[in-house]
Amino acid sequence: MPEIIFIQADGTRRPATAQDGESVMRAALSNDVEGIVAECGGAAACATCHVFVDDPRVPPVTPIEDEMLEATAVPREPGSRLGCQIFVSRELEGLEVRLPETQL
Amino acid sequence: MSAGVVVLGAGQAGFQLAASLREGGYADPITLVGEEAEPPYQRPPLSKVFLKGGDGPESLSFRPPSFFERHGIALRLATRAMRIDREAARVLTEPGGWLSYDRLVLATGARNRPLALPGAALENVVALRGAEDGLALRAALARSRRVVIIGGGFLGLEVASSARAVGAEVTVIEAGERLMGRAVSPAVSRHFLEYHRSRGVVVELGQTISAILGEARAEGVTTTEDRDIPADLIVVAVGVVPNTELAEAAGLAVDRGIIVDHALRTSHPRIHAIGDCARFPSAHGGGLTRLESVQNAVDQARCAAADILGKPQPYEAVPWFWSDQGERLQIAGLTADAEETVTQGGPEAFSVYCFRNGVLIGAESVNRPADHVKARRMLAGGERPQRAAFAS
Ligand SMILES: Cc1cc2nc3c(=O)[nH]c(=O)nc-3n(C[C@H](O)[C@H](O)[C@H](O)COP(=O)(O)OP(=O)(O)OC[C@H]3O[C@@H](n4cnc5c(N)ncnc54)[C@H](O)[C@@H]3O)c2cc1C
Ligand code: FES
Repeated sequence: MPEIIFIQADGTRRPATAQDGESVMRAALSNDVEGIVAECGGAAACATCHVFVDDPRVPPVTPIEDEMLEATAVPREPGSRLGCQIFVSRELEGLEVRLPETQL
Repeated sequence: MSAGVVVLGAGQAGFQLAASLREGGYADPITLVGEEAEPPYQRPPLSKVFLKGGDGPESLSFRPPSFFERHGIALRLATRAMRIDREAARVLTEPGGWLSYDRLVLATGARNRPLALPGAALENVVALRGAEDGLALRAALARSRRVVIIGGGFLGLEVASSARAVGAEVTVIEAGERLMGRAVSPAVSRHFLEYHRSRGVVVELGQTISAILGEARAEGVTTTEDRDIPADLIVVAVGVVPNTELAEAAGLAVDRGIIVDHALRTSHPRIHAIGDCARFPSAHGGGLTRLESVQNAVDQARCAAADILGKPQPYEAVPWFWSDQGERLQIAGLTADAEETVTQGGPEAFSVYCFRNGVLIGAESVNRPADHVKARRMLAGGERPQRAAFAS
């Protein structure tokens, strides 16, 4: 089971174990990591699972995700992603995921 | 010490209320009373990915058990609220006995409207609301070849899409002249009719069921046109009724939902009602409204929590909704009362902008999330855009 690292807006680092195939959003919730709201539960419909990643191993943004990223609470940045659209696998071991100040 | 907040119903709204109270610094006890055995979980995937995949109900839960422990939220699961004693400010639970409250929140949701036909109780005539239903429907789909779905609303069509995806032959029978007729504009109905038919779903419009065939098991249905359609599985998706019985017995105002004011207070000041069970004065048209959506459950929970925390604010959040039927539908605002529409986009991806009195009241977007996001912003702003600003 891959380990990924959540970094809160204040810099606090929190390693979390993800199930293989689980989304970054689910991994945050099931590890009780604060900072993700995920109102729509992973349907790419709410943009309250906004995260920042800067890692070439992560597959690119899909068109739907790209459009929904315009709805994030804090402004979109080059590394902005929807946590529910990134799926963790062994290839992403050690992935660093930064969380925004707020999701609402 | 205060008896704190007791929430009846541990679904989307009940969970969010408890979480928002703690987020806002509420320090007294919070007790979530829920009839279902599972810790609070989300329903939307039940008709979508859950039916197609192999994940268990734990994949649906909002938060892990540690969340509730950490925040001091007591979960009383598999526990039914039987009666509210307003005078003594307490609730009778089964099991568990009396539970005192300082503030009470009704978040009892809705239940499926039953089909009033002989045969509706047969084992292979099913409905979908909870995780148990989801597991049962998934298992039944795996054994069934021919599925008849009664009701062409969001739920029926999502189940149709999922059933088709796992290889079933699917017939949808809808009483209205178009799909999702009460909820979306004709252009969107038409698009989804063509889409589902193109995927091989048989859609019968303007028909209802006059009988369920079969003795020990349902073997099919007879339509009002007197045609028999064979089936190994019948899914009933003909809408819901709000769970208002507790409120009614307690003497609260109830009329097709528990009546609440702008701060989601019932006719009794210490009792709020939120989510699918509440009928509220909508700030987005339509007068007294009852909505069945995640947005409404979540935002009403936040609003009621703010009121309990002594920071009341009127419930004015922009309604939004999504439905995934293989194609993606997103709705902003309340569009049922539209007098005029403008469609922008092409056949595969478009948005229908809806107007009343020449002012934008909502937008229905098919495969166009960007339009949806913009429409939500427009509806949240003070100045509503005028019809003239939209080119056909
Ligand atoms: C299959 C399905 C798919 C959906 N898809 C979408 C979607 O794509 N998008 C969207 O926006 N919305 C969707 N919805 C709607 C959304 O899930 C609901 O609007 C939302 O769950 C409402 O939240 P609630 O808390 O009001 O009610 P619920 O989530 O239904 O929770 C109410 C809870 O109260 C409990 N309860 C009732 N009476 C008692 C009692 N006397 N004592 C104790 N407990 C009691 C019930 O058992 C239930 O657990 C879907 C719903 C279903 C069923
Ligand atoms: S959880 Fe809603 S967009 Fe990711």
